[in-house]
Amino acid sequence: MKLTIALAQINTHLGDVTANLEKHMEYIHQAQASGAELIVFPELSLTGYCLQDLVPSVAQRASVDDPVFRPLLEASQKTDMVVGFVDEDQRHRFFIAAAYLSGGQVVHIHHKAYLPTYGLFDEGRFFAWGDEVRAFDTRFGRAGILICEDFWHASPPYLLWVDGADLFLFTSASPGRGLGKQPALESARWVEDINRAYASLFTSFVVHSNRVGFEDGLNFWGGSTIYDPNGELVLKCPYHEEALLVAEIDMNQLHRTRARLPLLRDERTALTMRELDRILGCNRQK
Amino acid sequence: MAANSTFTRVDQGMGHKKIDLTINIDTARKILTDFIRSEISRAGFSRAVVNLSGGLDSSLSCYLAAEALGAENVLVLCLPYKSSTPDSGEHAKMVIEALGVQSLTIPITEMADALISRTPDMDRVRQGNIMARVRMIVLYDQSQAFRGLAVGTGNKTEILLGYTTLYGDSAAAINPLGDLYKTQVRQLGKAIGIPQVILDKPPTADLWLGQTDEGELGFTYDEVDQLLYLMVDQRYRPEDCVEAGFSESFVRGVMERVRRNQFKRLMPPIAKLTNRTVGYDFLYLRDWGT
Repeated sequence: MKLTIALAQINTHLGDVTANLEKHMEYIHQAQASGAELIVFPELSLTGYCLQDLVPSVAQRASVDDPVFRPLLEASQKTDMVVGFVDEDQRHRFFIAAAYLSGGQVVHIHHKAYLPTYGLFDEGRFFAWGDEVRAFDTRFGRAGILICEDFWHASPPYLLWVDGADLFLFTSASPGRGLGKQPALESARWVEDINRAYASLFTSFVVHSNRVGFEDGLNFWGGSTIYDPNGELVLKCPYHEEALLVAEIDMNQLHRTRARLPLLRDERTALTMRELDRILGCNRQK
Repeated sequence: MAANSTFTRVDQGMGHKKIDLTINIDTARKILTDFIRSEISRAGFSRAVVNLSGGLDSSLSCYLAAEALGAENVLVLCLPYKSSTPDSGEHAKMVIEALGVQSLTIPITEMADALISRTPDMDRVRQGNIMARVRMIVLYDQSQAFRGLAVGTGNKTEILLGYTTLYGDSAAAINPLGDLYKTQVRQLGKAIGIPQVILDKPPTADLWLGQTDEGELGFTYDEVDQLLYLMVDQRYRPEDCVEAGFSESFVRGVMERVRRNQFKRLMPPIAKLTNRTVGYDFLYLRDWGT
């Protein structure tokens, strides 16, 4: 089975959801014209990233009753999509969230489970921590969503893999840092290295949508990518420029790669579980 | 380097391995010009004003602003004092002509001396601070008149060392150079085409005759940039810097200088009284809503 994916590498307006929604709709229409079946927007694509005290004023509920989600859900009748937003739950906790929309339905919402609160990051100050890592079924197969810091940790991608995801949908608003001799910033090289590694280790497709633009002095580096189950680069967007790039991936590659390299077949989850029990059990006794 | 300056050179400890501060020019240039364009346009402007001394830092800010916004949208100000070296003006002219930007020359002697002359034998640090702050007044006045934002010229080395006049040369709306060490400013300046004579001359605030940065600081930019890179960027502890080959007195001296000048890097602290206070729990970026 073939799947045509569009990476929407956008800049955003900080705290201006209406302007960002407008841009989403433009990109979705362009992607549809290019034959895309799935379009992936970056982290917090509807709100901007360094929200600080803007968080409560830009939050949404992902439903048809929401004026921001209504047009997105309508568009999802034709094209599946991943959008980034601030989710306010029933009890008014605010999460960095990504929603998978398809056929007019909210198929899945992921709440960012790792909130970087160090260095230039201050997410833990403003957001609640997500508490689940779950794969979900799409019309293209089983997928999983992680948001930025989630996949700087090895365990969430591993959990998605064991939970059946063959298509990893990663989103970021990754600030560029670490300028040295090489054209790519250190932060860009790091993310590319791990995404290639996840694709190879999990013999899966890894799709990464990262934003561009500035918020005050922070630059967001873009460079969105798709890696195939052999760890080969399928598509790469430019650094630091808005882009809408489309690529067709062949889901049958999963069959071919896993026939050659049965890492999933041989994965010893029970061993992992046993050892984790032992390790964590030991720690508890201390 | 400042061969003719008389100063006591700190023993920097030259036993360390050379630390490579090379930056990728294309990436730096792309990010910095995009930054200038983005942050000026989001503030509702399309133009910039830059104070040009004829030195390396302000020349680079002019080049980057002209590249980002178009030469016609950049106003360069030359603000000489009577003691400014004639070379400074010549070098500034070279930059202005090379870029084709608009320019204004406004001598500041009369303005500065109106204050300086009130104190007999005012020391030169006070005089230098007055000159820097008069230049700031002219910069912000022209910012209003030209409808352009003030683009700063301070580099990472001088920001960390506090080698700057608060509300003087440090005053700007945005600063494209503030995360580049002086030696990296030189790399980028060279690549971007700043005239060789500007690249080669000893860095100076040009506030009095014969003043050089390295003479005043007591060490070279080349050395202190390597040390600051380890201390700040690579998070070396002081003892790690000494182990890397820098002298202990140099390491302690620079650390103390960085610590002592933290006040120049922050907005003045507000005494908190209420439940919500600007700077503590009223937190928004400048780019709020744009």
